[in-house]
Amino acid sequence: MIKNILNLGDAALYCDFGSEVNKHINSSVIKYFRSLKKKKIHGINNLTPSYNKLIISYDLKITNFNEIKKVIENISFDKNDELVTKKIEIPICCDEKYSLDLERLKEKIKLEKDEILKIFFSNEYFCYMTGFIAGMPFLGDLNNKLKIKRLETPRIKVPKGSVGITEQFANIYTFESPGGWNIIGNTPIKIFDKTKESKPNLINPGDTIVFKQIDTEKYLNYGE
Amino acid sequence: MENKNFFRVIRAGINTTFQDEGRTNLYHIGIPFSGAMDNRNYQLSNRLVNNDINRPVLEFAYQGPLLKYFGDKITFAITGDVNFNIIQAKNVIKGNCYESYQIDDGDEIDILSTNKSVYGYFSISAKFDLKVQWGSCSTNTKANIGANDGRILNNNQKIIINKINKNQIKKKLNYMNTKIEKIRVIKGTNFNYFSDEGKKIFFEKEFIVSKLSDRMGMRLNGPKIKNIVDTNIRSEGLIKGVIQVPADGNPIIMCSDHGTIGGYPKIGVVISADYDKLVQLPPGSKIKFQPIELSDAETLYKLYDMETHNLISQI
Repeated sequence: MIKNILNLGDAALYCDFGSEVNKHINSSVIKYFRSLKKKKIHGINNLTPSYNKLIISYDLKITNFNEIKKVIENISFDKNDELVTKKIEIPICCDEKYSLDLERLKEKIKLEKDEILKIFFSNEYFCYMTGFIAGMPFLGDLNNKLKIKRLETPRIKVPKGSVGITEQFANIYTFESPGGWNIIGNTPIKIFDKTKESKPNLINPGDTIVFKQIDTEKYLNYGE
Repeated sequence: MENKNFFRVIRAGINTTFQDEGRTNLYHIGIPFSGAMDNRNYQLSNRLVNNDINRPVLEFAYQGPLLKYFGDKITFAITGDVNFNIIQAKNVIKGNCYESYQIDDGDEIDILSTNKSVYGYFSISAKFDLKVQWGSCSTNTKANIGANDGRILNNNQKIIINKINKNQIKKKLNYMNTKIEKIRVIKGTNFNYFSDEGKKIFFEKEFIVSKLSDRMGMRLNGPKIKNIVDTNIRSEGLIKGVIQVPADGNPIIMCSDHGTIGGYPKIGVVISADYDKLVQLPPGSKIKFQPIELSDAETLYKLYDMETHNLISQI
């Protein structure tokens, strides 16, 4: 539940759900987000759920901090509402051409490549949030053995479809973008589809992700 | 008879995009607000050609486009602090901002440069033929969303227009863009991540707008602001105007096309009333930040908005 509400500038509310990052806290962020979105409160123009925060931005021409704060504090949420989520399988090719940082990982975390991939693929992942760039999912939690920092110098161009890891999370670059995550493979699947206006994101907060390793041939012929 | 009115882009300019009010309710999937950087000048340009204030227009930065027009008479207007010429037959007429002009088949508009500012707006008494995506035509070049396939204007392309207004009245506004030197800021949610010295520097020293500034963000150079807690935070939502300070100690201000999530500490947020003027500061400009309380920021925005509406009603 919301622990604290602050203002973020003069046109947004900063709702803090607690300092930790775990599924439990994140699930309540997502529940709040979903029910607020349904309520379509006049003046609110954006909701950004993240690991443990919800940022609510509003149109200062229509409303202000105190008004929105009052609305949020007095709103009734069904706390027992179960989070309806999907389970999605994402194919990744980890052949040399696509696993740009596997060699670096091998050195940094002192595990053989096969071992790294085995650990990575044996997990199920939870989507905490989407964003930064359109449709990018932030997935957790990685096995502790794979914990690694961001690249010291971020890449200027990370190829579209790249699957990266850093700290306890994995992500997928939905299009070419600068970025500093450690790239272990690439998916041929479209994670963000701008032609689908009502549902552009394949993966949404709360969803469960299973990765499946495919070879280059399968990768190249994917969807045929 | 279709598409008989159009502009031919002879020179596209540096960063020319279609913009309108922007998109709402998409931060949660990673799509930013976008929209015109300088909202006041965007609205004024529309009003000067007798449009609703929220029609899509062309936004250009530094150097604008050179456009050749083919079709029936239309009226256009340019706002900002912009040098431009109208070329009719062999005559070159120097144009004034905040004044509408009528052009005819074969005429050219050469938007040479913005004057000690960044963005300018070009509107017409007609509709640009544009694709609407998520309720807005605004071009987001990063995700390739919106008008013109989500890309900047290209040399030699065509801009098709339709629905030319019947009533084309010459309009003019006496308005001068004023420069801003002090940017008013509300303290950010991680203000206490910074050393006392760092906080002092932030509100007392000058910062310089870097060349690495665009529609996504404005990077500043100056004395480094020292972080004493953690140079990263758990990634969380961002909004326009947030000032993040990464490990190198140089502030970055989020602008209209910003990433929706960020993991650097937030030292402050630029107040809504100062945003239009902030984005007009070209690289090399010196700025200072001034702390302000939320209630004052709200009042200042009301005043700013009232002023904008007064200007609109004068047209």
